This record gives sequence, structure tokens and C-alpha cells, in this order.
Amino acid sequence: MNHLIDRRLGGGNKSAVNRERFLRRYKEQIRRSVKGIASERSITDIDKGGNVNIPARDIREPVFRHGPGGDREVVNSGNREFIAGDTIPRPQGGGEGGGRGSEGGEGEGVDDFVFSLSREEFLDLFFEDMELPDLVRNFLGDIPERKWVRAGYRREGSPNNLAVVRTLKQSLGRRIALSAAIRDELEAARAELEEAERRSVSIMQVSMLRERVETLEKKLQRVPFLDDLDLRYRNRVAVPAPVARAVMFCLMDVSASMDERKKDLAKRFFTLLYLFLTRKYEQVNLVFIRHTDNAEECDEQAFFHDPRTGGTVVCSALELMHEIVEERYNDSSWNIYAAQASDGDAFGSDPAKSVRFLREFLLPLTRFFAYVEIPDENDGRTSTLWAAYEELPAIAQNFAMRRVAGHAEIYPVFRDLFSKETA
Amino acid sequence: MTANPTVGTIRRAAEPISRGPEWTFDLIRRYDDAIGECAREFGLDTYPNQIEVITSEQMLDAYASTGLPITYPHWTHGKEFIRNEALYRKGYQGLAYEIVINSDPCIAYLMEENTITMQALVIAHASYGHNSFFKGNYLFRQWTYADAILDYLVFARSFVMKCEERYGIPAVEEILDSCHALSPHGVDKYKRPGAKSLKDEVRRQSEREESARQLFNDLWRTLPRKESKEAEEATRPVFPAEPEENVLYFVEKYSPKLEPWQKEIVRIVRKISQYFYPQSQTKVMNEGWACFWHYTLTNRLYDKGLVDDSFMLEFLQSHTNVISQRGFDQPGYGGLNPYALGFAMFTDLKRICEAPTDEDRQWFPEIAGGDWRQVLDFAMRNFKDESFIAQYLSPKLIRDFRLFAVADHEDEPELVVDAIHDEAGYQRVRTLLSRQYSRDFTVPDIQVANYERDGDRSLTLRHQMPRGQPLREDEAEETLKHLGRLWGFTVRLESVSDDGEVQSTLECPS
Repeated sequence: MNHLIDRRLGGGNKSAVNRERFLRRYKEQIRRSVKGIASERSITDIDKGGNVNIPARDIREPVFRHGPGGDREVVNSGNREFIAGDTIPRPQGGGEGGGRGSEGGEGEGVDDFVFSLSREEFLDLFFEDMELPDLVRNFLGDIPERKWVRAGYRREGSPNNLAVVRTLKQSLGRRIALSAAIRDELEAARAELEEAERRSVSIMQVSMLRERVETLEKKLQRVPFLDDLDLRYRNRVAVPAPVARAVMFCLMDVSASMDERKKDLAKRFFTLLYLFLTRKYEQVNLVFIRHTDNAEECDEQAFFHDPRTGGTVVCSALELMHEIVEERYNDSSWNIYAAQASDGDAFGSDPAKSVRFLREFLLPLTRFFAYVEIPDENDGRTSTLWAAYEELPAIAQNFAMRRVAGHAEIYPVFRDLFSKETA
Repeated sequence: MTANPTVGTIRRAAEPISRGPEWTFDLIRRYDDAIGECAREFGLDTYPNQIEVITSEQMLDAYASTGLPITYPHWTHGKEFIRNEALYRKGYQGLAYEIVINSDPCIAYLMEENTITMQALVIAHASYGHNSFFKGNYLFRQWTYADAILDYLVFARSFVMKCEERYGIPAVEEILDSCHALSPHGVDKYKRPGAKSLKDEVRRQSEREESARQLFNDLWRTLPRKESKEAEEATRPVFPAEPEENVLYFVEKYSPKLEPWQKEIVRIVRKISQYFYPQSQTKVMNEGWACFWHYTLTNRLYDKGLVDDSFMLEFLQSHTNVISQRGFDQPGYGGLNPYALGFAMFTDLKRICEAPTDEDRQWFPEIAGGDWRQVLDFAMRNFKDESFIAQYLSPKLIRDFRLFAVADHEDEPELVVDAIHDEAGYQRVRTLLSRQYSRDFTVPDIQVANYERDGDRSLTLRHQMPRGQPLREDEAEETLKHLGRLWGFTVRLESVSDDGEVQSTLECPS
């Protein structure tokens, strides 16, 4: 008895678990590979997935097998010119077999095992074990926002939620159901009565029939128009509404001392932060604030590439940020992040004012505030702004500061800033 | 392209079963019925068929689990999946048209991408060709339990997953890795004798006593006894008494360290390895047999008028692709194609029966001019690749394939052409080719030689070097480490040359 079965709909993707096992086992190698890619690639297109190389040596599954050496004969097909006794120079790379190519591919297998990670897998590894500070608690844990959504109907509820149309539908249905049998009976009784009246049978019988009709009519009237059973109320349930929006402020000093190198470093830092936020929030707005001795909001292009000259007043940028928050993001559904990049030059009372402003106005508002100082190359001195900011991490959990001197330092610093420990 | 005249008379159908490339379930069923009828006319004995249509995704899954429908989760399957998926998605590699599982009922997976012609070909190939081979060949009859394999796989999977839950994924993975490394050496080639019944045992014991009584001679008592320590050492029995070639079996039975669950996992890998043993020994025959029958059955359909010319053209194109053999110097040469060699051999056997030449009469007197169906059936049932080639590779085929043997001897500075397809070389080429399909050619001969049960519990394996061929050393070391992990004490591997001398020793201390 032969059977023909269509399996196509039944569970594909049986190998998902095996693929996951593979990634798990070679996590170290893959991670290394990802790091390599990340360092080569421009950060703006980092979220593209990538090919991972694992050395063939590492994933080889060893078995006992014959090695080169000893005596053997190998049979091949397609002889054209050889006759018995001919000699052939030994092929290079060990006297393996007589087969040109027949055994060449067999054991050596020096090719690396290359496979591609999807964008998600790539970024997951790229960001692995980084968490936004306070994120787990606030973002996944106790979610402050809830919203009410419609969820069908129910039988109990407050009068203001009464669903009139639905209720009447129920009532109509019930009335039809309950009265159908009575109606049928009534009709039959009426017909009988008519018949009896026409044929003028005995009074007794007619009055009995009439009585019956009346009883039935009464019975029909007793079916209520609206019963408690009919009432339907709109049901609403509260579902947690994740706070899925974030705004990221990029603040940068664009005075003359910020050269291209510093701006480039800053850009990489901002990009990384942005990328990270887009991973966690559905919507991420960007606000660019550049400042010299006064601050202004600008677009990304101008932010990074439009040269400015002038002094440095950090506080102006902070004040502008505060204004923008008040104006546009003054709503608990926005998570506010800020990253400030500067070479740390600040003069006079500016650092002290900035610190006070940060502490009193900005830090309570923001989810996280990161300060990245990009000093001149080979400059070990701490700047005036750094010195002023140094008191902040101790009093504010959501403030972090680091010095970055080169490309290679961005990623570690970033990790450091957002590592679980500092949260 | 004519069917065998000995098989009944052919009634031509008025209409082919289908036209055009589209398939439907109804059409597949009708083709299956028609092919099944042809198969019965030729007397093919098969398990019932279960034909399943799957997607390419599911085919990739099946690839990953070495063709089994169910396996336990393991990273190596993931590796295969990733590799095949990448090759397939980039278009470097097509997927098989079908996978067939040696079970009862015989399960054949058809790809949904196939045209109806390919589906018919695949049904003939897998559901009748392979299927009858599975049912008939002695190795399969001896070593696989077609009706139990699926249940066993289900058990294996759930057992492994239960172990993962209890002991953690890494612990299970370690054991599996080590077992996989040794799985080629987890195969029985000969049946173990069954356990003796108590009655037999008692009878044997009394027979032994009786014979001892008859042979009793008091004179022996008077001989002086050697009491030296050395003599005692020398006479101490070696365990195992006979070398054990199934290393995993030995580990499972005697490992001093493994927990019961770990032994059960060793057993699972060993059983699955054993299940594949007949397949590895009959690649040429199995594929050849299936190709021969898809060719014969499809031609029979054509003769009956059940398929049209366009069907046949597509069929022949696929068929010739499958059985093409490249020369050693052509690009893409990957050794002898088992489909090509097997198909050619069965076709050649049929030719020898039907139209023998003088040469055939001389080489195959017992079958030349015989009934081809009986001859093929006998060949299919009673051989494996090694013996099949040794028995049936004809000089004509050696010429057709232009086979030649090249000798690679360590002491020679150059390779030497040993034999070619000429009068002087037929016998030699045939012998050498047959040897090439013996298991020892691919899997080194490694056996458990000694287990120091009363000493340091070390385990010694003996590698019999065939004509001085050593093992690939770096891999051997790693594999030995895997054995060491399973064994828990020192393991040793001695390579012994043909004259019995130990050439090299690898050791993996505990």
C-alpha cells in the first residue's frame, strides 16, 4: 500500500536548533571575526550583517584516516596515453595517491569555513552583553505607561460602557428564539379557532379555543424586550505600552581647536550610540547641537562638516538642549540620551556653570548623559572641562565620561560606558 | 530503447499520463501506480512506499541530518546546514532531487521544485530501485532493521534531549563529539554470536569435563612447575582475548568511567553508524541498481505509451547527467562516479546475458546467455561493492571507462602506471578497483588490542598499517584525545606494520 504525503506545510526549519548550536559553539571565533569586520568597516554601514570566517582547522571533526606514505594503487578513469610501466612525476605536496585531483581535495581542506550572519545576528554579537543603563528595569520591567485598548465585549460593566447595538442584537436574538415556538402554537390555535367559528361548532369548544389563544398571546407578551442576559458592555483592557521612543542629543564643540580627526572620532561615537539606540527603541530622533561661543541646532551635514570659528562656551549648548527638551520632548514617553563630545577647552566660569546646569536641569531629565573628551594627540593633561565634570559621576548614576584618543579606543570606551557594571 | 521482450506483451495506452511539466498529487499517484505495475512485471520486490513531497528548505534540513528524517540536535548538523544553505543560496550547488530512507515503509522525499518528469524519475529511482535494494541486499538484511529505525531515531533524539536537560548541553556535546570522532570504528562487520542459553551452557560444560576425563594422564602431574614471576606475567590472559574492532562497542561495554547515560549515548551513535554501514559498502551497487531500474522502468512506460517524447527527452537529459563519468584530466573530476559505474555494470550484466561476446563467455561462463533478471537479482542480493566489482567488472567496461591504475610506492621516486585497460591489465585493474571499494581503503584498520583491567586501566589500540600506510598524524592525535575522554584513563595507539612490528605509538595520558 503506497502513501503519498504532502509534507511541505509541516514544520520546516528543523535545523534552526542546530544552527544555533553551531553559533554557540564557535561564539569565540565568530566574535573575533565580527570584531575584525567592525574595525574595518565604516560605522555608518555597520548594521549590514557580514561574512564570518572560521579557520577550517577549528571546525574539523577529526577521525582516524590514512595519511600520506606507504604503498598504494589508485584506479582512475579516462586514460588516453599511458601504458603499463609509464612513470609520472610525483605531484607536489606529498605523494598522495596517483590520482590527479582524485585525492587532492580529500584531506587537506585548508579553506576557511565562511558563512554569513544575518544583520540581526551580526549586531547581536556586536553589541553582545551591552545593555543600556537602567534599561532592563525601566524598559522591560516596570513599565510606567499603560494604555487601554478595546478587547471585545463582556457581560458586566459600568453603564457608560454599555454597547447598545450589541445589546439589542442579543435581545432580538433571544426574543426570536424564545417566542418562535409560542408564535407557531398561537398561529395554529388561531387557525383552529377561525375554523371552529366558521363551522359553528359547540360554544364550549370555541370558548376553549379562544381561551387558549388568549393564554398564548399573554405568554408571548411575557417575553421581555430587554433582559439582564442581553446586556453587553464594551471591554477594555490595559496593556503595557512600552516607551519605545528615544531622542538622542549630539552636542559637539565645533570651535577651531576641534580638527577633522577629533570630529571624526566624535562622529564614530555618535554613530555607535545611535545604532545602539535604534536597536532598543522603535523610534529614535536625533538632535544635533553644535556650539562655539554660542550654540545652535543644525542638521547632520553641517554638524560634522561645516567649519566654525570662535570661542567655546559649553553652557550655551546645554541650555539650548534644555530648551529643546522643554519645547519638544517634554513628555514622559521620550527617553532622552545625550552625548557630548569636546576637546575639553573651556574658560573662565563656563565649566563651573555647565556642571551646575547639568546637575540641576539636565541630568534629572536625561536617561543617560555621556561625555567623551577627545584630547590632542599625545596630550596627557586633563582639560579644564574634564576637571569640572569629574565630580558628576559620583553624584549622578546616569553620567559617564571617558577620554578617547584613537579609532581603536572607541569601541572599548563605548562598551565600557554602557557595560552592565556601570549601570 | 526497447523493453525486454521476455516480459509479457505490451498494450499501448491511448494517451500519455500527462503532458507538460506541472505536477499534481493526482498525477504523482498515477505515475506511481504505473511505475509500480511495471516494477511488478519485472518482479521487483519492495517494501511499501511512502512518498512525501517536501520543500527545498526541508531538503536542506534533511541534508544536515545526513539524510535521516530525525536526529538529535548537534552543532555538526548546524555546520552542514550552514554550509549547504550557503552553497545552495548562492547557486553553487543544486539539491538532490530526492532522498530515500531505508525503512519499512520506505520513505522517499521528493522536492517540490521538480517537474512531473523528475518526480516520475525519482519515484522509479528511489521508491522502486533503492527500495528493492534495501529489501534484497544481504548487508541491509543483516544489519538494518527497516521497521524499527524510525522509532529508534525518535528514541535517540528524545534521549539526547533529556540528557541535555539533566546534564547540560556542553556535557552531552562533549560525549557526542568524541563518539562522532570514533563513529567509523563503531561498526560491527560480523554478527556477534547470540547469548547462550543455560541449557547449552550446561551441556558444553559437561562435554568439556568429559573430554578432560578422557584425556586425563597422571604423568603431567610429575612435570616440574615454573614458578617464576615472568612466566606468570606471560601467561596472564590478555583482555580482550580477541582484538575488538568495534571500538565504540568496547567503550560502551567496558569504559571504567562512563556513566550509564553516557554509555547510552555511545550506543546511540554506534547504532546510527551501524545503520549507515551497509550504505557505505554498497554505494556503487545501490546507486547503479536504482539507476538501472529508473532507466528500465521509464523506458517501459514509454513503450506502453504512458509517457510522451518530451517526457523522455527531459528524462534522458537528467539520466545522462547523473551517470556521466569524467576523465581524470577533465575539470570537475572527482574519482569514479558510483552512479556511472554501477549503472554501467548492471547494464553490462544484462548485455552479457542477452548478447554475450566470446570474451564474455570466457570471463563469465556461468552467466553469459542466462536470464538477465535472475542474474541481476542474484548480484543485487549477494554482493557488496568490493565483491561485486571483483566478480562482475567486465573487460568491456574496463575499456569503456578507460580505467588505469597508478602505483604510488614510497620507495619509488615517481609514480608508475601499474596496469591499464589491456589484455594484460584487466585482471589487475579489476582487483585493484575492487580493493579500492573495500572498507579498509577508507577507514584504517584499528582494533582494541588490550585493556589493562587489573593494572592502570589503560587501553591500547592497534592500527594495522596496510603496506606501510601511516595515519594522518595530527588528526590521529586529536581523535585519540576523544577516545581518551570517553575512556577516562590513558589510551595508546600502536601502528603495526605488515611484519608485526610496532612502528609508532601515540599516547594520550589520562
